[in-house]
Amino acid sequence: MQNGEHRGVKEALDRAGAYGPDVDLSQFNVGESDLEQIEDLQKVDADTKDLMVNVGVVSDENGRDGSIVFINNSMSHCSNKTEDGVELLSTRDAVAKYDWLKDYFWKAVDPEKDKFTAKTYIEESDGYFIRVKKGYHAKNPVQTCMLIKNKNTMQNLHNIIIIEEGASLEIITGCTTDRHANNALHIGVSEIYVKEGGSLAFSMIHNWGEDTTVRPRTGCILEKDAKYVNNYVILNPVGTLQSNPVTYLNGEGASCTYNTICLAPKGSNIDSGGVVFLNAPNTNAEIMSRSITNGGNMIARGKLSGNAEKVKAHLECRSIVLEDGGLTLAIPELESTVADVEMTHEAAVGKIDQDQIEYLMSRGLTEDEAVSMIVRGFLVGGIKGLPPHLMKEIDEAVEKANLGN
Amino acid sequence: MTHIGAIMLEIIDLHVEAGGREILKGVSLKINEGETCVLFGPNGSGKSTLLAAIMGYRHCKVTSGKIMFKGQDITEMGVDERARLGIGMMMQRPPNVSGVKLGDLVKATAKGDASVLDKAESFKMDNFLGRDVNVGFSGGEIKRSELLQLTAQKPDFVLLDEPESGVDLESIDLIGRKVHDLLYTKDGNKACDGSRCARHVSALVITHTGQILDYIGADKAYILQNGVIRCSGRPTDLLKDIRERGYKECISCRMVNIEE
Repeated sequence: MQNGEHRGVKEALDRAGAYGPDVDLSQFNVGESDLEQIEDLQKVDADTKDLMVNVGVVSDENGRDGSIVFINNSMSHCSNKTEDGVELLSTRDAVAKYDWLKDYFWKAVDPEKDKFTAKTYIEESDGYFIRVKKGYHAKNPVQTCMLIKNKNTMQNLHNIIIIEEGASLEIITGCTTDRHANNALHIGVSEIYVKEGGSLAFSMIHNWGEDTTVRPRTGCILEKDAKYVNNYVILNPVGTLQSNPVTYLNGEGASCTYNTICLAPKGSNIDSGGVVFLNAPNTNAEIMSRSITNGGNMIARGKLSGNAEKVKAHLECRSIVLEDGGLTLAIPELESTVADVEMTHEAAVGKIDQDQIEYLMSRGLTEDEAVSMIVRGFLVGGIKGLPPHLMKEIDEAVEKANLGN
Repeated sequence: MTHIGAIMLEIIDLHVEAGGREILKGVSLKINEGETCVLFGPNGSGKSTLLAAIMGYRHCKVTSGKIMFKGQDITEMGVDERARLGIGMMMQRPPNVSGVKLGDLVKATAKGDASVLDKAESFKMDNFLGRDVNVGFSGGEIKRSELLQLTAQKPDFVLLDEPESGVDLESIDLIGRKVHDLLYTKDGNKACDGSRCARHVSALVITHTGQILDYIGADKAYILQNGVIRCSGRPTDLLKDIRERGYKECISCRMVNIEE
């Protein structure tokens, strides 16, 4: 199905991404796709288990309706407790099984966008396929884990998520690298479709290596009254991460929210954005970004494009800079092609208010404790619907970071 | 442990600058353990600056003089160290702390003891524990929140900056009783029977109206004018003088020193 359609894809292999430092793909080996299956997540080796737990994977799978684990390019584990409502497959199996999948294949992401999408297209990369059947409401989240196990390895995945009419699902994803996996590259192409009245909450926590290159490419298409919430959390230094998911609100009344929470200590290079096209009347979007930089580089992008009447959207990039050095850059953009839209943005970069720190210290908290408490509040305050495990991860990371100096 | 009657706080010839201006120009005063002192003075006389300097807020720069607390020189000490030594402060206008829940702050103030949260109801603050500290709080809610935090903190010496300001008459009674409990019962738990309970907590209280004196007994009062102590005496006498003749008259009178 991939032949013939995208003639320019070979040329696209040389096309650098629109943002972020260019990456020489030839220095990476494509990850193996035939690794051994893991039947029981509790029986993996201790190192792997730690890695998974650190990005929120529940290894006994309690409270999870299903689990998918990718190690390098192998779908190493796939379990499903709710087969009547949720379908979990590898993308390759899904393509073989469903002829109709061609209508969703490379329809939300253009393979010719840049070298990362082109590579994934040409490799016919595997990935995960998640489908929630019409009207089904999954009680518990499905968890997925993307793990890079070896050095100089390229993990390139092509994921497809389809939430059918009136259905709902929460997905929790953890992305991580083994500590020996130096100089790895993660490319994740994700195509997400939320059909009429459907709803998807997608939370991602990243824990990459200090020299990992990360280039997700996500496209999301929402039909009438569909809802999409995207929580994106990066708490550890990452070599270079550039992500700018695009959501198309194509059906009337659709809405989406992006929440991005980043800590950027020295050694972090994060370029994290979000784009929402409000293409139908009465659609709503909110892009919220909160970051703390202490020596790292943090670019927060956001773009709202209003192309139908009565759309309402807000974009907020706020950053606290704890020390000199590094770079903090907020780039909010608003564009409109029709008159009757209401779009706002707010960007703020600065230090923590000294009065707040002293106020908490006057209650006996140390400066470290006071700063941590304020930073945590800054990161999660005003952001609705963060799952408890993400709150826990954020608390632990803030505590570990010793931000008070 | 200091014995009753020992000196809790002693301020010696304190000069303090704030916002590039000298606000306190040589203030000396002494507060004994268990004693409550009242600080009167017109707006802008430096009362809040004196309290903030005792707490150790950085915007108040001590240029000369000394602050002694429980026999230690705390002039150079950080805010948090002073708090841990036993100083607590009820601010008149505490800052908003977005994202930090009042309940979390109260619990952290009690060093993780969550049982203190059960007391919130008696402060009518049980519905505020999940709200961001001070954000959108009314005048009375700020006072009750401050008092709940102080109850969790259990200080030996409290600085109260106009505890009754901006509070409606109905709320004043609750706030007055809570200030009373804070001063007269160390655990803030069981109310004092009035006569025989030991007075452990010392206080320095700023008040304009004197309303708070209906709830706490005060031993001594000072009048601060233009950054210096002009007068000291019995609180009720000074308040009566100020009510009848204002600060001008009061300040022109000879300074009476009741310090032994």
